[in-house]
Amino acid sequence: MTEDILALIKENVIQGRITGDDEGFDEGLVGQAGVSELTETALAQGISSEDIIKRGLSEGMDIVGRKFEAGEYYLPDMLASAKAVGAVMEILEPYLIESNIKSKGKIIMATVKGDFHDIGKNIVSILLQGAGYMVKDLGNDIDPQAIVAAVREEKPQFLGLSALLTSTMLRMKDTIQALTDSGVRDKVKVIIGGVATSEEFAQSIGADGYGADGFQAVRVIEALNTSQED
Amino acid sequence: MARQGVLVEPYHRLKLEQVEQLHQASLAILTDPGVICFNRQAAEVFGDHGADVSSINQGGAACWRLKIPGTVITDAVQAAPKVVKLGARDENNCLILDGHEPRVRFASGSEANKWLDVDMEAFVSKRNPGTEVEFPVFRVEKGTVDRLVKAARLCEHLDSWDSFLRTVNIQDDDITDDNKDVNKFFASLNNTTKHVMSGLTELSQLSNVVRMAQTIAGGEDRLRENPIISFITCIVKSPLQLVDDTTQKAIEIAKSGIPLVISSSPQGGSTAPIGEDGMVAQINAEILVGIALTQLVNKGTPVLYGSVPSRTRLDNLYDTYGVPEFNQYNIDCVQMARYYGLPCYSTGGVSDVKVPGIQASVERLFSHILVTLAGPQYIHYAFGLLERTNTFCPVQAVLDDAHISMVKRFVSQPMVTADRISESLKQVRRVMGTSDKLYILFVRRAFRSGEITPPYPFEGKDMGDETLFWAQKRMEEILSLPPSHIAEPVVDRVFQEVPGLLTRLRS
Ligand code: B12
Repeated sequence: MTEDILALIKENVIQGRITGDDEGFDEGLVGQAGVSELTETALAQGISSEDIIKRGLSEGMDIVGRKFEAGEYYLPDMLASAKAVGAVMEILEPYLIESNIKSKGKIIMATVKGDFHDIGKNIVSILLQGAGYMVKDLGNDIDPQAIVAAVREEKPQFLGLSALLTSTMLRMKDTIQALTDSGVRDKVKVIIGGVATSEEFAQSIGADGYGADGFQAVRVIEALNTSQED
Repeated sequence: MARQGVLVEPYHRLKLEQVEQLHQASLAILTDPGVICFNRQAAEVFGDHGADVSSINQGGAACWRLKIPGTVITDAVQAAPKVVKLGARDENNCLILDGHEPRVRFASGSEANKWLDVDMEAFVSKRNPGTEVEFPVFRVEKGTVDRLVKAARLCEHLDSWDSFLRTVNIQDDDITDDNKDVNKFFASLNNTTKHVMSGLTELSQLSNVVRMAQTIAGGEDRLRENPIISFITCIVKSPLQLVDDTTQKAIEIAKSGIPLVISSSPQGGSTAPIGEDGMVAQINAEILVGIALTQLVNKGTPVLYGSVPSRTRLDNLYDTYGVPEFNQYNIDCVQMARYYGLPCYSTGGVSDVKVPGIQASVERLFSHILVTLAGPQYIHYAFGLLERTNTFCPVQAVLDDAHISMVKRFVSQPMVTADRISESLKQVRRVMGTSDKLYILFVRRAFRSGEITPPYPFEGKDMGDETLFWAQKRMEEILSLPPSHIAEPVVDRVFQEVPGLLTRLRS
């Protein structure tokens, strides 16, 4: 029974189905339970959140990742699976706290003040969720002070800032300055991205990392995470 | 006189019945789910005209859901002018865009951050050290005022380039958000006598830009008769959201009476359905809302139906312009605009690849030809854009000009008339009476009248591909021609009246 339900979670991570309404990519799945319903059932049956994560989510995500690398799956497949993982992680959050299991970390994402571009930021957020991080997305056009307030309140390990305009990338600098001024700069690692930005720009404004695309974003955060744990 | 562009016999991808179905689908979208509006004034305007407006919560910012009845949209859209004049410093260069006439003009775009220069460098073969060949090497530079000036000067002399839409984002150290608008417009207007179009960075600069245009055009009335500038406003963030800042800009521009483009640029697969029907229903709804708003704010505002649909790539979710679906979406939008009788600002000519070459040519020619065939009144993005609009390459723009002139030649109306046929029959009879039996003598007049296309202007002489080398030469030739500046006394007045202009733009 445990095996069956974990296999189903894994399968639905691969299909990227959050609820019974989702279509996945194979025919005829609408109406069958998605990862949310399956996770609730698993928890009701007493299956541990650790098992759900390791044998359902991670195994499913690994397969999707390998197929993506092999060119068999495309980015929308990857994102659908990552969203499914994110949905399960949200359900599991209270259980993880209860059983004292640390999630990989919390990340706040925002597109900075004056900028409405958010496709790239949303992709990065989803991929990070898929990698097992708790992501809180503040949205776009976000004032430095609102970002500071969120950092204070949510106490994330990471802050991801996105900007696509040469004018608004300067707001990233303002945001980092605002973090410094409010004394929380050393509480959070800041990584930035978006077409106009670059590794050099990230360094010049005192960010901790830069990601050219969603995958690099995940790698940079994983690297910072390891160095933080040391 | 106005620039004639090319009149085409439009290719209809959609049947009238399908156009009507899509129109109904767009209206259905505007009532359910409706649009999310982040601009208070726009919400009030639609509310006053019968839309159902409810305040909603979307992550903090004040916003409203507008459910707009179809008649509110269609009545307002009906009020938009069907013919829009885009003026020019030299009035012979103006464009008369008639929503019912499939006459195509070509313009640049967009606000690329990068400028790509081409250097020819000599390379020695490793296998045969005696063999030396020249290859293009690419150099990425930043968009600056000087480079914008160069692009405007190219536009002035390239014949297919009908209107100058600012090509690069000016990123000089002395350019700020507050002086960007006046400088980009002045740099453009002072270097081309064709129509100048651009987005507005700061609403506070609208009055300065309009004052500059009035001074150059010869006064307020003259600017109204000959609007030498126009604005692009991206008021929609797909799917179906009206952005506060750009919506406010559109409202103020509409009040000023300067022509404006209401453009929407969803990406099929990420910010719009990937299927042709869903994409077109949504983008059409988005553009209609914007156009309706301009008319409700100021009835009769000259406005263009700005369709900039692209598709999403499945490997990285970037926007892509080189795929067939891009052309399908765009052609459908041209048909939707024609259904409403509105002049269409359409899209074609961008490539996904970062440098000029085979892929770039294939990608851009594809849309240069196909979208032109649909007969929009104005195609933007048509010159020099690479890397999904992030790069502008002047040498590529020179190539595009040559390619577009060939496309124009191809799509022009067939010249089959009784008179011409009888001329041709005469030719056949005469040639059959000669000993060499060649039509050569009759080619010469046709060639000189422009009826016949010359050989590819950038063809190499040997085994190598010399396209970029020759295009570069052509560009240098053009840039050595004297610029078409605004008369000195007028420039003096502009500098007196308009704050923020860089003095180095005078020389
Ligand atoms: C789509 C789009 C829009 C849409 C945005 C829709 C949305 N929901 O985001 C709309 C129509 C609303 C829009 C508006 C405008 N846009 Co726009 N837009 C684009 C476009 C075409 C694509 C951007 C995109 O979504 N790419 C796809 C995603 C997947 O890629 P990405 O954003 O680069 O993200 C990846 C990486 O950068 C990175 N990344 C991104 N964020 C982050 C964050 C972190 C922490 C990390 C690690 C990594 C990371 O990972 C992502 C995933 O791989 C670009 C041009 C282009 N082709 O890039 C222009 C572009 C960015 N826009 C531009 C402009 C000028 C504007 C406007 C001013 C209007 C105009 N054209 O006049 C307004 C500005 C409004 C505002 N104040 O923000 C210019 C910017 C030039 C400049 N000044 O710097 C560009 C370059 C186009 C151009 N050449 O003119 N735009």
